[in-house]
Amino acid sequence: MNAKDRVAAARAQGRPTAGKYIKGIFDEFTELHGDRCFGDDPAMVGGIARLGQSYVTVIAQEKGTTTRERASRNFGSAHPEGYRKALRLMKQAEKFGRPVVTFVDTSGAFCGIGAEERGQGQAIASNLMEMMMLRVPVLAIFIGEGGSGGALGIAVADQVWMLENAFYSVISPEGCASILWKDPARAPEAAECLKLTAEDLTELSVAERIIPENDGDFDRTFAFLKEEIAAFIAEKQEIPVDELLRQRYHKFRRIQ
Amino acid sequence: MIQGLFKKPKNDLEPSVSGKIVKPTEVNIPHELCTVCPGCKKSVFSSDLQENHYVCPNCGKHLRLNARQRIHMIADPESFQELWGDLRGTDPLGFPEYEEKLRAAELASRENESVVTGTARIGKQPAAVFVMESAFMMGSMGTVTGEKIARLFEYAAEKRLPVVGFTASGGARMQEGMLSLMQMAKTSGAVKRFSDAGGFYLAVLTDPTTGGVTASFAMEADVIAAEPDALICFAGPRVIEQTIRQKLPPGLGRAESLLKNGFIDKIVPRREQRKFIARMLRAHGKERKEG
Repeated sequence: MNAKDRVAAARAQGRPTAGKYIKGIFDEFTELHGDRCFGDDPAMVGGIARLGQSYVTVIAQEKGTTTRERASRNFGSAHPEGYRKALRLMKQAEKFGRPVVTFVDTSGAFCGIGAEERGQGQAIASNLMEMMMLRVPVLAIFIGEGGSGGALGIAVADQVWMLENAFYSVISPEGCASILWKDPARAPEAAECLKLTAEDLTELSVAERIIPENDGDFDRTFAFLKEEIAAFIAEKQEIPVDELLRQRYHKFRRIQ
Repeated sequence: MIQGLFKKPKNDLEPSVSGKIVKPTEVNIPHELCTVCPGCKKSVFSSDLQENHYVCPNCGKHLRLNARQRIHMIADPESFQELWGDLRGTDPLGFPEYEEKLRAAELASRENESVVTGTARIGKQPAAVFVMESAFMMGSMGTVTGEKIARLFEYAAEKRLPVVGFTASGGARMQEGMLSLMQMAKTSGAVKRFSDAGGFYLAVLTDPTTGGVTASFAMEADVIAAEPDALICFAGPRVIEQTIRQKLPPGLGRAESLLKNGFIDKIVPRREQRKFIARMLRAHGKERKEG
């Protein structure tokens, strides 16, 4: 499959959004709301989930499924309060020694007046800093669109896993084509050049694993992820925290 | 011949003695001595502008400076020592036309990448310094940009130096794809480790500071100053207008509104920057307790 088809698949209506993953993978989930500064952002979901005997903190960008829900969740584009809620819950996870699992699915952090006035850049920047040194294992799973800084804002992790048809890009193919070539119609070409597929990104060491989609049988995918997440946590919890943080920094540090 | 010397042209269009046409309105100053201020559109003597640190004497507009001019303005004379100046941008993804753009940017800016890094003294205080170069592909963040900034923070942590950084950037560099985006995480990690080790980081945000640089090391400093009227945002005004299809409130994304909203510490005009930086460096003096 070429890059443009992957992008189309990642954006397709009917593709499972974060809520389905949470339900399909974890044994229970309690959502927690609010950033304690300004409000609660429905584009960013967070809470505590149980996986067998252990608990994790889950952070997820939720696009919604019905038209009404999609609108209320701003199509998965979070405001600064979404990123601040995510950070609050990650710091809470750190305090109680819970690993963090994030589900990334956004076309990007929201570009709007309120988002600028409330410091979208500052909110993402502080997540990048704090996640790098968060003293618990962190796993980021890209389930659909990985739109630039808005995706990275919850994806500074020990490992990045990407669903087979997920993509992760510095800019949307349409944005890239219209800036570079003044022609949004050349988006498919841009998609190819940007090296945004799971395959490309594991090759570039941006992502560690590709998660099979089983031809759309996502229940199988969820069952697979359930086991793999548990294994990831068990493995990372064996590593002394300072060593874990050293490895996490080095993973990003060596990209040049 | 002598008659000719005293001959008065009958009108402005008649050639004068020397044969040159002198237009009546033309001010007799060679062009390069004057600069038109992009703020008030008035002509300003370039020498005046230079003396005034490229701040328009009429309207106070801060014109864009290149990295070397900034270093000259801020650092004590002869004190700047460049580090990693020979690192050059590469084309890691084989992106169409990128190689040519890189070489053109090198010619236009006379720099090897969009940031200059090194050490200097500022008001006798030693510091590690980075200055972004907007003439190099609009200061966009290539992998080498991120590499130089990460190295500088690591170097400063090791040498127990404070960091003073000037940002100017259009954001990530799309021709380097995800490798560019990863520089946000890489530089943020370097800042965080430097900060956790007790290092002092002062950033001066200049026009324009946007996108991935705003969402990483620009907003991560202990003290954040900005130049008057500098555009500082995550998404630029045009992108927001296209997204929400509304007229934007005046001043959105300008330094003054960031100050009002609580995202920067202070607006510092250019002529006061050197003194301000030196004062902040003294306040965080290098006699830190050994950890």
